[in-house]
Amino acid sequence: MKIDVEHIARLARLGLSDEEKKLYGEQLSRILEYAETLNKLPTENIAPTTHAIPMKNVLREDRMVPFPDIEAIMINAPQEESNMFLVPRIME
Amino acid sequence: MHSKYETVIGLETHAQLLTESKMFCSCSTKFGSKPNTNICPVCTGQPGVLPVINKKAIELAIKTAIALNCRIEKMSVFARKHYFYPDLPKDFQVSQYELPLATGGFVEIEVEGKKQKIGITRIHLEEDAGKLVHKGAARIMGAGESLVDYNRTGVPLMEIVTEPDIRSPLEAKVFMETLQHLLQFIGVCDAKMEEGSLRCDANLSLRPAGETKLGTKTEVKNMNSFRAVLKALEAEEKRHAEVLNEGGKILQETRFFDDINETTIGMRSKEFAHDYRYFPEPDLVPVEPDHQWIETIKNTLGELPEAKSERFFNEYSLAAGINKILISDKLKADFFERTVKHFNKPEMIANWIIGDIAAYLNENKKSINEISLTPEKLSEILKLIDNGTITGKIAKNILLEVLGTGKTVQDIIKEQGLTQISDEGELVKIVGDVIKNNPKQVDEFKSGKDTVIMFLVGQVMKASKGRAKPDKAQELLRKALG
Ligand SMILES: [Zn+2]
Repeated sequence: MKIDVEHIARLARLGLSDEEKKLYGEQLSRILEYAETLNKLPTENIAPTTHAIPMKNVLREDRMVPFPDIEAIMINAPQEESNMFLVPRIME
Repeated sequence: MHSKYETVIGLETHAQLLTESKMFCSCSTKFGSKPNTNICPVCTGQPGVLPVINKKAIELAIKTAIALNCRIEKMSVFARKHYFYPDLPKDFQVSQYELPLATGGFVEIEVEGKKQKIGITRIHLEEDAGKLVHKGAARIMGAGESLVDYNRTGVPLMEIVTEPDIRSPLEAKVFMETLQHLLQFIGVCDAKMEEGSLRCDANLSLRPAGETKLGTKTEVKNMNSFRAVLKALEAEEKRHAEVLNEGGKILQETRFFDDINETTIGMRSKEFAHDYRYFPEPDLVPVEPDHQWIETIKNTLGELPEAKSERFFNEYSLAAGINKILISDKLKADFFERTVKHFNKPEMIANWIIGDIAAYLNENKKSINEISLTPEKLSEILKLIDNGTITGKIAKNILLEVLGTGKTVQDIIKEQGLTQISDEGELVKIVGDVIKNNPKQVDEFKSGKDTVIMFLVGQVMKASKGRAKPDKAQELLRKALG
């Protein structure tokens, strides 16, 4: 199965070397081919499922609980200014 | 407008739901907090976290769906919508795609006296993104760097998508106003366009009159007020007509409304064609509202604006204009009805609510349930006017005093000696003074010009600071002059 590795890499913002493109292209093809096996099964009378577990309506009450360690999140900011995450130019 | 073309508009609106906590985590949804103080591992997309759906958000969306005559789907599913943008920490937005919460409704709008239905395609739930502050520029273009505040990330949004049933910019504006009113009325969203709790994007296209196939559309963004909706779509409609008249082709693109120049600007994005790679959010299982749950929500909905307006007209015989103003604020309408229970003079009550009380509320940016005036107090004041104890002018002063201090009506009257003068001696003295001070009018009256008595009554009212009872004053004046 042919896969546009470059397109997928771009969607995921990954820069790949030619070697990697070849390697991942082959691996992804094999995964898709394996998944193709499912198409051999008769599924006409089976309702589509979106989840593997038979659960529904897992809900929480609308109650506010502040997170106690915001500093641990902010520490992930490569650069911080005025308590905000500083990011490079967005639009060219 | 240009009779040669028919304008076709569809709207995508986003309404922030009135919940205390976010869509999938327990962070506060409070507006205006210090940057990045309402964040947690879930809404900032840390590895290994487990989001859980806010039940209230589902209920508010179902409530809206019922009010918008939609069908509540037996099963709806959350999906991940992937794209990269700094305001989206997870690199995907949790939304609903193939299986939205509700479908197929309508909203009735009235434009220039003509009623029409605008179809609702779907209502679904999703999470909001963060807020970007662009450094060194008012807009994203030209900004060297940007700052990100994730407080808004994960706040519950309800997207309401219309059918392409709207035929003019004015209809689009009226639709937004109607929707705002409805969302506020049923209490699911505070729906302030200027603050962003109600937003809208529009798809607009033109086609030759009589043509059934749709023309190429453009998407218009950045409309932050009802006026902006009208102006942006008028500008875009004009631009389409001009391009088509010149034999040109409309390019399908996203355009931003520039509210200073009142034009739309095409925005070239380095982003290539959208490829969102939607798939079911594995961490959130389907929502399947049962009949009983929907019924319970339906019971909290109460009376919708149109039905209320009709009932007010029938029950209270209020003039259409008064009715409309009163209904436009559910809290005022409720206050009105509760006051009528104490004092059955609907028109008088309505006029006080939409007059002096509304003026006070506007000035103090409060709603009628946030002030110290209660239906009991209002009816007490109005009864005093009705039975002649106080004048309308004094009533207004008492009203302002109640609003300002929260004191009881009786205390204010006692403190300020505001009741009408019951002591005849006191009134006789004032009448005597008025006769002495107005010899010209007294002569006129004596020479047979009876209407002058009203002027003299007015002087008594003034001298008594409104505390005289007008008919008693007249009686005493006539007695003294006769
Ligand atoms: Zn959170």
